[in-house]
Amino acid sequence: MMLLRLALASLRSRLLTTSLTVASIALSVTLLVGIENVRTGVRDSFAGTIRGVDLIVGARGGTLNVLLSAVFGIGSPSGSVKLSTMERWKAHPAVKWVVPYSLGDSHRGFRVVGTTPEFYERYRFRKDGRIVFVSGRAAVADTEVVIGSDVAEKLGYTIGTPVVVVHGLRDIGTSSHEAHPFHVVGILGRTFTPIDRSVYVTLEGIEAMHEPEAAVAGIAGSSMASAEGAGGRVSGGRGQGVTALAAPLAAEKLRAKSAKAAAIVAANKARAAAMAPPVGTPMVMPGAEPPPGIPLVMPGAEPPPSAMPEVKRAADEQKVAAVSEPLAAEPVAAEPEHDHGDDQITAFFVGTKNRFEALMLQREMNTDLVEPLTAVIPGVALGELWQNIGSAEVGLRVIAIFAVAIGLTGMLVALYSSLEARRREMAILRAVGAGPRMIISLLVLESGLLALLGCLIGVAAVYIGLFVAQGPIEQRFGLHLALHPLRSTEWTYLAVVMGAGLVIGFVPAWKAYRTSLVDGLSPRA
Amino acid sequence: MSKGATGAVPAGAVPEGTPAVELSKVRFSYKTGREVLAIDSLTIARGETVFLHGPSGSGKTTLLGLLAGVLQATSGSVRVLGKDFSTMSGGARDAFRARHLGYVFQMFNLIPYLPVRENILLPVRLEPARRERLGGRSLDDAVRDIASQLDIAQYLDSPIAELSVGQQQRVAAARALMGSPEVVIADEPTSALDTDRREQFLELLFASCAKANATLIFVSHDHTLMPLFSRTVELMNINHAAKVGAGA
Repeated sequence: MMLLRLALASLRSRLLTTSLTVASIALSVTLLVGIENVRTGVRDSFAGTIRGVDLIVGARGGTLNVLLSAVFGIGSPSGSVKLSTMERWKAHPAVKWVVPYSLGDSHRGFRVVGTTPEFYERYRFRKDGRIVFVSGRAAVADTEVVIGSDVAEKLGYTIGTPVVVVHGLRDIGTSSHEAHPFHVVGILGRTFTPIDRSVYVTLEGIEAMHEPEAAVAGIAGSSMASAEGAGGRVSGGRGQGVTALAAPLAAEKLRAKSAKAAAIVAANKARAAAMAPPVGTPMVMPGAEPPPGIPLVMPGAEPPPSAMPEVKRAADEQKVAAVSEPLAAEPVAAEPEHDHGDDQITAFFVGTKNRFEALMLQREMNTDLVEPLTAVIPGVALGELWQNIGSAEVGLRVIAIFAVAIGLTGMLVALYSSLEARRREMAILRAVGAGPRMIISLLVLESGLLALLGCLIGVAAVYIGLFVAQGPIEQRFGLHLALHPLRSTEWTYLAVVMGAGLVIGFVPAWKAYRTSLVDGLSPRA
Repeated sequence: MSKGATGAVPAGAVPEGTPAVELSKVRFSYKTGREVLAIDSLTIARGETVFLHGPSGSGKTTLLGLLAGVLQATSGSVRVLGKDFSTMSGGARDAFRARHLGYVFQMFNLIPYLPVRENILLPVRLEPARRERLGGRSLDDAVRDIASQLDIAQYLDSPIAELSVGQQQRVAAARALMGSPEVVIADEPTSALDTDRREQFLELLFASCAKANATLIFVSHDHTLMPLFSRTVELMNINHAAKVGAGA
């Protein structure tokens, strides 16, 4: 008690140094715990992107590719899956439900997904978050659209707003899908997943969008062929700039040959066709029935490894990147078969009757003899992905640890430099009977108190910061930072800071011990 | 902190008649081969007020360090209240000092961030045995008693910085006497005071020591104070290792 009283009084007497020291430790702790919070928040919200789905099945390709394209709308799908394949697997005894998830065009930068009403019931996010309709209902007819919360907010759409879905990017004219004026029938609640930035239509809806395009397929095909000749072989993400330029170039040529008015329309069509969405990609594959030679074709359609760094790009750009895919595939595929089959989807979600069967089912699907498939267990794939992109968090952590080291060094300096002024104080304590152990305890207690105070204030700052910034961060970044009790990692950090604080206290304490012995009872310094 | 050694010296168990201080063939050197203190014999009886006189360099500070148990004699024996320091561990000597000694420095006696009251209470707070000697009085009463003896009662709750040097020295004396230690060692406590204040301070100190039945060992180079004490010891005469000439 006496020691504590002394330590507190002594710290209070050097209020400025004390508060500066505490502040520097608190800042370090805030940084350390704050980063940890953001890190786990990001990881949790990332891992919680998709729940309730046991398998994501897409065309044969990389696991991450299937996951990224289907769940995050990043990159391009490696191909497509026939609807009949999905139906076939639906009959599998282990399968409880299947939901098609077909990536389509984009609407003003938001991707369009074709799915069934069952999707809204089956999809889960975060712990047990369900998709809710803020207003309206699921899309049933092929001109009906359900929009995510971001879409509704940014575009200001409400129920009944007519929506014109276009191929590719927003700057493209609206001519291509005028035939199909969609309208909003449902608006989804916020999920903080890519769902918020998606536009949902029915499978029929997504196919209907392609009908006018099919009519101009011939023109588009020829223009792309000339683009191919001019720009050379275009492949992967690197080619996207060339592609974007090459297509209008080809259109330019086309324009020169025909009458002006007709040419402009043709150019639009050509461009629209060049921007063919992922869902269109598989259409260029030869034949409906995959011949034995299909694996030879597939590699061409698969995105090259260089497409993976695309992860960071905005969704819009990704749509452009996707454009290169059909071009790359074009020369391999037979051109005339540019019709939009009605039985192609990008991917489908599978729910199993028993979750333990997911692994077995995944194996079976991956070895499907009829159509090359890649089945992905979302949790596992998300974990893998996090391991890849999570390495940045190590850097953050290292920085935070350095900050703590600096804070603690500041404390050492503060304690140490105050020591000279306190030699007399030590001598007085010795005179009234304090042993060296007490002198050491006093100084270690002081540094311990500084560290403790720093930790408390630092943690408090994190919670206050979270409390205040939680809403804005959610609104802005879709990152849900939960207010939760300290986790074991955070306790470990605090323990390390505390421990370091105490150990650091020993340095001046040792010096004081030596000095107070040498000084004896009469410090003359 | 030093409670581990409590059992060695029961509080108040010093037999009557034991000399307060007894030095025998004491040698001390900070560095090997360079003796700063060599006293063959020095005995101070209990209840004495001894004026220990010596110029600087005569080994005063070293002698006080030995008497307080902060320093350990290189050879010979230092007995305080019959206890031989050379047989005691550092912790035991700390505990002994906390229990039986009061100490007043030349100046800067007080912990600057504690108020007067807390400074006076330091010894009893640190050493429970010393608190027992308050004879059942409350801490507050005990502080008030000693403070009024030394005429500082009105400053009990003041910060140290508001006190004059003379007042600070009286606080230091009050602290040294708190809990009635058997021996009070004062290391030139009046050197920072002007002549009038010196006498006034000494009178208060003597009275308090007498009341507490404490032995006072008062070190100074100021001859004028000599007559006030019951006995004078010339350090230059007893310390054979003194570097400074006797005429200094």
